[in-house]
Amino acid sequence: MANIAHVARVARRTFLIGTAVVAGGIAIGYVAYKRDPKNPLLDELRDGQSTLNPYVLIDSTGVTLITPRADLGQGAMSVQAALLAEEMDLAWGQFRTDPGPPAAAYYNGKIAAEGLPITATSDGFFARVGREMSEVIGKLMGLQLTGGSSTVADAFDRLRVAGAVARQLLLAAAAQQSGVPLAQLETRDGAVILPDGKTLPYSTLAATAATLNPPANVTLKPSEQWRLLGKPMQRLDIVAKSTGTAVYGIDLRFPGMVYATVRANPRLGGGIASFDAREAEKSKGVIKVVPLPNGFGVLANNTWRAFQASALVKPVWGAAPYPASSGALFASVAASFTADCRDSTLRNDGDVEAALSAPGAKTLQAEYRVPYLAHAPLEPMNAVVQLKDGRLDIWTGTQIPRFVVTAAAKLSGLHEKNIHLHAQISGGSFGRRLEDDYVQQSVLLAVAHPGVPIKMTWTREEDMTHDFPRPLGIARMRGAVQARQVHAYELSIASPSVTTSQMSRLGKSIPGPDVTIVAGAWDQPFAIPNYRVTGYRAPPTVPVSSWRSVGASGNGFLHECFLDELIHAAGADPLTERLRLCTHDPSKRVLQAVGDMAGWAAPLPKGRGRGLAYTLSFGVPAAEVVEVTMTAQGIRIDKVFVACEVGKVIDPVNFEAQVMGGVVWGLGHAINCELTYADGVPQQTNFNAYEGLRLYQTPQIIVKALQTTSDVKGIGEPAVPPAAPALANAIFAATGQRIRELPLNKHINFV
Amino acid sequence: MRLSVNGRDYDVDVEPEMPLLWVLRDELGITGPKYGCGIAQCGACTVHMGEVPVRSCSLRVGDVNGAIITIEGLGTPASMHAVQAAWVEHQVAQCGYCQSGQIMAAAALLAAQPNPSDEQIDAAMSANLCRCGTYPRIRLAVKTAAAKLKAA
Repeated sequence: MANIAHVARVARRTFLIGTAVVAGGIAIGYVAYKRDPKNPLLDELRDGQSTLNPYVLIDSTGVTLITPRADLGQGAMSVQAALLAEEMDLAWGQFRTDPGPPAAAYYNGKIAAEGLPITATSDGFFARVGREMSEVIGKLMGLQLTGGSSTVADAFDRLRVAGAVARQLLLAAAAQQSGVPLAQLETRDGAVILPDGKTLPYSTLAATAATLNPPANVTLKPSEQWRLLGKPMQRLDIVAKSTGTAVYGIDLRFPGMVYATVRANPRLGGGIASFDAREAEKSKGVIKVVPLPNGFGVLANNTWRAFQASALVKPVWGAAPYPASSGALFASVAASFTADCRDSTLRNDGDVEAALSAPGAKTLQAEYRVPYLAHAPLEPMNAVVQLKDGRLDIWTGTQIPRFVVTAAAKLSGLHEKNIHLHAQISGGSFGRRLEDDYVQQSVLLAVAHPGVPIKMTWTREEDMTHDFPRPLGIARMRGAVQARQVHAYELSIASPSVTTSQMSRLGKSIPGPDVTIVAGAWDQPFAIPNYRVTGYRAPPTVPVSSWRSVGASGNGFLHECFLDELIHAAGADPLTERLRLCTHDPSKRVLQAVGDMAGWAAPLPKGRGRGLAYTLSFGVPAAEVVEVTMTAQGIRIDKVFVACEVGKVIDPVNFEAQVMGGVVWGLGHAINCELTYADGVPQQTNFNAYEGLRLYQTPQIIVKALQTTSDVKGIGEPAVPPAAPALANAIFAATGQRIRELPLNKHINFV
Repeated sequence: MRLSVNGRDYDVDVEPEMPLLWVLRDELGITGPKYGCGIAQCGACTVHMGEVPVRSCSLRVGDVNGAIITIEGLGTPASMHAVQAAWVEHQVAQCGYCQSGQIMAAAALLAAQPNPSDEQIDAAMSANLCRCGTYPRIRLAVKTAAAKLKAA
């Protein structure tokens, strides 16, 4: 019954269809927003190809679905194709996919909302307007970006509408070609079916369909009629990725291609005074050594020879433009709990000061720390570039294709229309490819050595020491308990601003407070009577960026561990007290579910412990219970139970994979990962010093999606934030040891 | 220098210090084995030398003393090895970058030990890193592959 209303809303919002510009739009921005972005496929249409909208390309050999969000491993390509194929009535796998060109039409309408101070639990006027504004901002900016767990949420309506519009056009073309009334036609497996059973494949209808006017309205299938969505689907890339035949950017090979690597100052932004490349230039296979703004590139006839030669170059690096040691970097954050540095107080309920100073109040306080963390995707940063005859081609994995093109135009002096970015699948990213430093370096190599393809590959050591890491942070907490309840909680978090650092590299400045400093902390649905969360913006030091779950990645640990301390101090039960305090029904259900899954009420024998943590991030409430055993050799992580609420699960196979992967990511970094700095340089240069979780340490992970709301949300990140605090809380339960700093292995051994 | 890779002989003219990985990838165009760390810490470059899994990033090509099998030689999309088929069945891969190495490690384990215990699986597979966290499905897939191989 809600279906009709939903369809109408879709038609108003998506603007896929060639609607006329609203007459005399109130403001330029409004008109620009209402205007459909141009279909970028029209620019490169070859003979025999037809396009029905920015997501559908058809030629005589079949259908190509455009999947513009980057596949970083999370299954974005498959799920985008599934949304289109569902409404187009294509059989699963009966089509090709292509990431498409970078284009404004592929804007992300959800991501900007992440930067706004709106809680996911709020449905007030400003919250709704804010979320609508995200669509406007994304569209106006042509913000094609993969991140913020937004792919499924952003694509859910848009791609289904695109598929449905394409289907309607093909049906209309079939009616025109066959003379059979449209109402008597059906579609199945990539063809229109005539009443006599004759089939007209889409490939025979596309040319006509492309000449027709798109329908003003389409009706989307109700979920009960879905053939693909919500059901287990085999990922389109799974066979290739299981047989070594998937081609990543690092695997590309072209005739005449040369190989390269880059070394830059590991003190990011420190520059290079000079370098001596005489020995390197004599090294076997070396073609040339190219100076770059912060380092140099070595071109050779083999990647390993380029690596070897780059180690022979003797650079004179500049000093780090930030405090050079971990101690000094933490000191800079510790000194930021000042009125001048106060960035936000987005939650301020009750009267924290009065509650803490009330006579007889039972209070406690603590300080917590989280370290810098590298993204370290397994495929090191790389790009293939070729500058030839006024045309620049770039093959690389990226989450920000339009920014890459803009940067490449600036560096090469070419017009953007002469720059062709060919998006590649990525061997992981976790936010790393929201930066384009490696592409910019490669473009400069192409400018210095035009005419041939150049494959630039970083060494692992270059990758580890030139990341834009997750920032370090310090939290100071105070709280009070009374009558076996949490009565006051003050959480102050100081950290450098990810948003300012990251956006500055994209040429943008974002006014106002940086919500990421307190994300996953200020916006939690707990009715603690006296509750204040304050963000302090520490001075910019090491350039930092978005790391899987961004602000919540550390703030989940900070918020949930001290809440656990308060609950224990109150003499309450961690699950019961959270349920009592929780004001958000889906979150309550998530907490209850994880408690049931874990058998929370049943006691564990001595030496074992359970920890609970809950974080609402990216609009998704996620609760985790970790079970550990204290063995003679150290902590063993036995089991992890996860319950979360994303609404409808669109792709159950990848849903479970993302939750499990998020848990492994959260636990691994919590146990043993940090970037420390000496002389301005990260000291962890490879996986021997930055291991993450290995298989023998991996617990059993039990996952549940509640599916009790009507939302559609992304799950790439929300399972990460609760993992570390659930583990730390479990260690406390098993041992009585409260660890207030990550990584945990600085204080306790793990088996 | 003569190398046998996936049943085919190649003559390569490279310095003996060059790691096998880079001979495979850049000289022979065999890109299934991946570069991840260069110091035998991640296992993405795992290939078989004879029956033994080796980290090709840290094996000098001059020290190769047996026939090399890479993921491409284990099976193909049209004719998958039991381990590859199990990896597809359990949809193990996320980014997939480590999976060539994971599959080669699992295939070597099962060739040497057709009935591995949980501890043996953990021990054999823990030299291979997966940043995406596919380990739970790797465990399931190794067991499925073991069952498939026994039934074959």
